[in-house]
Amino acid sequence: MIAYILCLTLFCVGLYCILRKRNIIKIIVGIIIAEYAVNLFFILVGYRWEGRSPIFSSDTPIVDMVDALPQAVVLTSIVIGLATTALLVALAMRIYGKYGTFDITKIRELKG
Amino acid sequence: MTPQAHIVPLFIILPLAGAFLTSLAGKRFKGLPDLLGVASTLGCLVFSLVAVRLVRLAGVLVYSVGAWRPPVGIALVLDGLASFMLVTVNLVACLVFVFSIDYMKRFTSKWKFTTLFLLMLAGMNGVIVTGDLFNLFVFLEIASVASYALVAFGTGKQELEAAFKYAVMGTVASLFVLLGIVFLYSFTSTLNMADMARVLAVKGPSNIMLLVSVLFLMGFGLKAALVPFHAWLPDAHPSAPAPISAMLSGVLIKSLGVYALCRIFYNVIGMTPQVSSLLLFLGALSMVIGVFLAIGQWDLKRLLAYHSISQIGYVVLGLGLATPLGVLGGLFHLFNHSIFKSLLFLNSGSLEYATGTRDLRKMGGLMHRMPVTGATNLVASMSIAGIPPFNGFWSKLLIILAAVQAGRFGYAFWAVLASLLTLASFTKVMKYAFFGPLRQEGKGVVEVPFMMRCAMVLLALICVAGGALLVPGIREVFLIRATDAVLQGLRYGTEVFRSVV
Amino acid sequence: MSREREQGMSVIVKTITRLTVGLILLYGIYILLHGHVSPGGGFAGGVIIALSFVHLMLAYGKDVALRKLPKPATSFFEGMGALLFLAIALLGFTGGYFFLNVLGKGEPFRLFSAGIIPLANIAISLKVGAGLFAIFVALVLLKYEAEERR
Repeated sequence: MIAYILCLTLFCVGLYCILRKRNIIKIIVGIIIAEYAVNLFFILVGYRWEGRSPIFSSDTPIVDMVDALPQAVVLTSIVIGLATTALLVALAMRIYGKYGTFDITKIRELKG
Repeated sequence: MTPQAHIVPLFIILPLAGAFLTSLAGKRFKGLPDLLGVASTLGCLVFSLVAVRLVRLAGVLVYSVGAWRPPVGIALVLDGLASFMLVTVNLVACLVFVFSIDYMKRFTSKWKFTTLFLLMLAGMNGVIVTGDLFNLFVFLEIASVASYALVAFGTGKQELEAAFKYAVMGTVASLFVLLGIVFLYSFTSTLNMADMARVLAVKGPSNIMLLVSVLFLMGFGLKAALVPFHAWLPDAHPSAPAPISAMLSGVLIKSLGVYALCRIFYNVIGMTPQVSSLLLFLGALSMVIGVFLAIGQWDLKRLLAYHSISQIGYVVLGLGLATPLGVLGGLFHLFNHSIFKSLLFLNSGSLEYATGTRDLRKMGGLMHRMPVTGATNLVASMSIAGIPPFNGFWSKLLIILAAVQAGRFGYAFWAVLASLLTLASFTKVMKYAFFGPLRQEGKGVVEVPFMMRCAMVLLALICVAGGALLVPGIREVFLIRATDAVLQGLRYGTEVFRSVV
Repeated sequence: MSREREQGMSVIVKTITRLTVGLILLYGIYILLHGHVSPGGGFAGGVIIALSFVHLMLAYGKDVALRKLPKPATSFFEGMGALLFLAIALLGFTGGYFFLNVLGKGEPFRLFSAGIIPLANIAISLKVGAGLFAIFVALVLLKYEAEERR
């Protein structure tokens, strides 16, 4: 139970970073933290009490495994996170090239 | 399983193959991106029309990818709502791509544009066709990331700022959706949408479903640009190149936002009175706020973007009523809005191509110099304002009648008010852009090239003939099937499992 | 200032890099090929293969790394990996379903088993490895372009 609450707290920390920080790079770091928190939460949801890792091998029998589906899903989710982060960082570097600053309060060409 | 059922994965394979081939060979062979793009989008359009016919013959088509039966494997489900959305998305995508063949000549690296466009189309088709909740999230992300890159395509100052804002907000929305999926998985222990519908029909309402509903509403509401999650749209849509604005406003916010909301809230979670009133309230708020913010705009594309928010409010209002007439009106308005909003954005693209500006105060009296653009803009403006006999009138009438029939007179009043204000706003557009005195800068303006004119004229023809979709013979084939698929609610689960081969 | 940095890092780093880069590449290929027997697979293997090239770039500077794997080759491998994956998925149509496992499955836990999964892993690792290296190269070149302008 404590683990779930800490996970959601980590998500809220990431969300706070996205909302309140002024530097573009810190906003991107906030997104990464929130993403990691959701992935971690997904794996925790799949935990079975006193289970072992869900690796199928020839010598040990298939008993007492944690849920294997969240692990496959989180792998896909990590790849998606990588693609989004790469795009955001490339955008941030282009913005730095055009505006000369990373401060979002100074990047306000479009009104409202 | 019939050989025709193999059509279902083709909606994802065809744009993906086009995108990969373009990224590999598009730089060296100059005409290849255009050829591949037109072939892929036209192929998808033809297949979507075939799919409508297949659904009419066979009911629900379930395709198990890799021969793994659901709920173990991923299933692709083609029912009335999916075939309806597929026709909408692929029709607009094909015509917008034809428009962009000439328009994108002004930008560099056309093969990059075609690759990203086809990836976005593959993502949207995947969202519509899939029957598995996490697969929906994956395709949602494919389409979203492609659209972030496309908004920033011109790499000017405003495009980059708008694209960054859109990307951050879109990523946060996707995180909320993923969190919702995690909670739903922990409650139902399955990711297949039909299986979830069966499990949730048995388990009934509970507290965790309230949390999941709120998370999905936040996440998909941001993708659909509902108020109060609309803040990215007025910046992203004007800054993107015109064909991309047409795609974003015309089909992306509908396929990723409204369709996903509809599918999940009607078929997986089940529509409760609380969710229904929340959707009604948010829809009415979007309608009114969108149109009030639009009237004062002088930038043509920004005005159109605010009107998109307003019209999506109409669609969500119709869907939130949860009555047969309301859902019919909402879905019909979704189709109509795709057609006339993409036509309006293509018109603004033609105006920008010819005159070089988006500001209404700098244009004037262009009707004689650009007759095709002017005529199609007139048709589209009358459609969006709801003037008979164009298609916008019929769908807005259905929504207002449905609101009155359900006893929600307040919402009907706001719908009529928003419609009147839309009419006022588009009268302003027509007056400043096309009628009135011809300015000095406008003297050298010529009509746009052939491909662009073709796309606009075809969309305008569909605007004019769109009312025919309500004729009793055609209505059964297309619209009523979609409405039934939505209203069957949690019986979606048993329907899908009955049709698994 | 950036001219010096282009030459790479100190001699110690360069020597160790020369010794370990090949081993990192080999490790990545091992994780990739045994993806159906032990944890890892296409994505993890591809990332480690990309990391070996990035390691080369960090230690020696971008010119040496780009000579080993030039940009057109990177784009080619990326596109090829994606097309190969789609071709393998389409191969399933011969058996009746999209993405069906059509090759022989063999016995479990051997290297040559599990049908199309090792081939799909190879395709994915090509795409991911080339893609990650291309992203890194693009960001580095963006930085140099911004510095040139100032």
